Amino acid sequence: MDWIFEPWPWYVSGPMIAFIMFLLIMVGKSFGMSSNLRTMCTICGAGNKAEFFKFDWKSQKWNLVVVLGAIIGGFIASNYLSNDAMVAINPNTVEDLKSLGFESAGSAYLPTELFDFAVFSDIKGLLVLVVGGFLVGFGARYAGGCTSGHAISGLSDLQLPSLIAVVGFFLGGLIMIHLIFPLIF
Amino acid sequence: MRTLVYLIIGIVFGITMFKSEAASWFRIYEMFKFESFHMYGIIGSALVLGIIVVQGIKRLRVKSFYGEDISFCPKNKSVARYLIGGIFFGLGWALAGACPGPMFTLIGAGFLPMLVVIVAALLGTYIYGLLRDKLPH
Repeated sequence: MDWIFEPWPWYVSGPMIAFIMFLLIMVGKSFGMSSNLRTMCTICGAGNKAEFFKFDWKSQKWNLVVVLGAIIGGFIASNYLSNDAMVAINPNTVEDLKSLGFESAGSAYLPTELFDFAVFSDIKGLLVLVVGGFLVGFGARYAGGCTSGHAISGLSDLQLPSLIAVVGFFLGGLIMIHLIFPLIF
Repeated sequence: MRTLVYLIIGIVFGITMFKSEAASWFRIYEMFKFESFHMYGIIGSALVLGIIVVQGIKRLRVKSFYGEDISFCPKNKSVARYLIGGIFFGLGWALAGACPGPMFTLIGAGFLPMLVVIVAALLGTYIYGLLRDKLPH
């Protein structure tokens, strides 16, 4: 059982994701996380401002429960199922990130430069989190889904729209890392 | 009872996201640098199995665990919304290093600054809702 405390290899993780999608389909639901952001907007009263948020959010309660589970799962995995949660990325990537100012590369799970409490007094770091989060929320709803809804669920159903969305995800990611990162870091 | 099932599926999902390192900002960066097979292996193997599962359920008309029919709703045909929306998403995915599932998992793992990302993602969703009729779809 020691393997469980190590980072899971791709050939365990990928099938687990397919299994999670299978379970959700078999209980009559679907695998898609970003629609929860819309549900949360509706709960906060966004329906008063835009037609898009006028729907019966209670029909999506099940997915909010999945989100609650995902939070609990993160707590369990980091506290009870990990010895040392540093991510062993490619040494070339580590060098590259260090040259961009990410000294924590290769020795942390997330860059401490962005996800330590110190970020709350670092305008640039905060801006990265805010802009990044905003684009994820805006883009996911614009594209009608995110990594789970399009790249896993949609592509598994051989949906052409999902393929177009996934091409978009990668174009956006490549533009950010290769063209924009050198300008901002 | 069904609620408990959703909760357990969510917990398994959260554990998988954290342990697979798909929730790590570093893995996302490394993926877009093409310097590791890890993320491609995860998405690729999930997809190969996912296609087999979904096509199998469709062809064999498998019923849900509760004996109900399973329906898959096809997505509306369009290019603009998926490509433009997808690019916006990708820009954010690479910058924040988290997509809408792992964001929540990382809160559970104790990375509280991720709350900033979540609030911003809610704001992004809200702004999309306001602008929806003016955007090309």
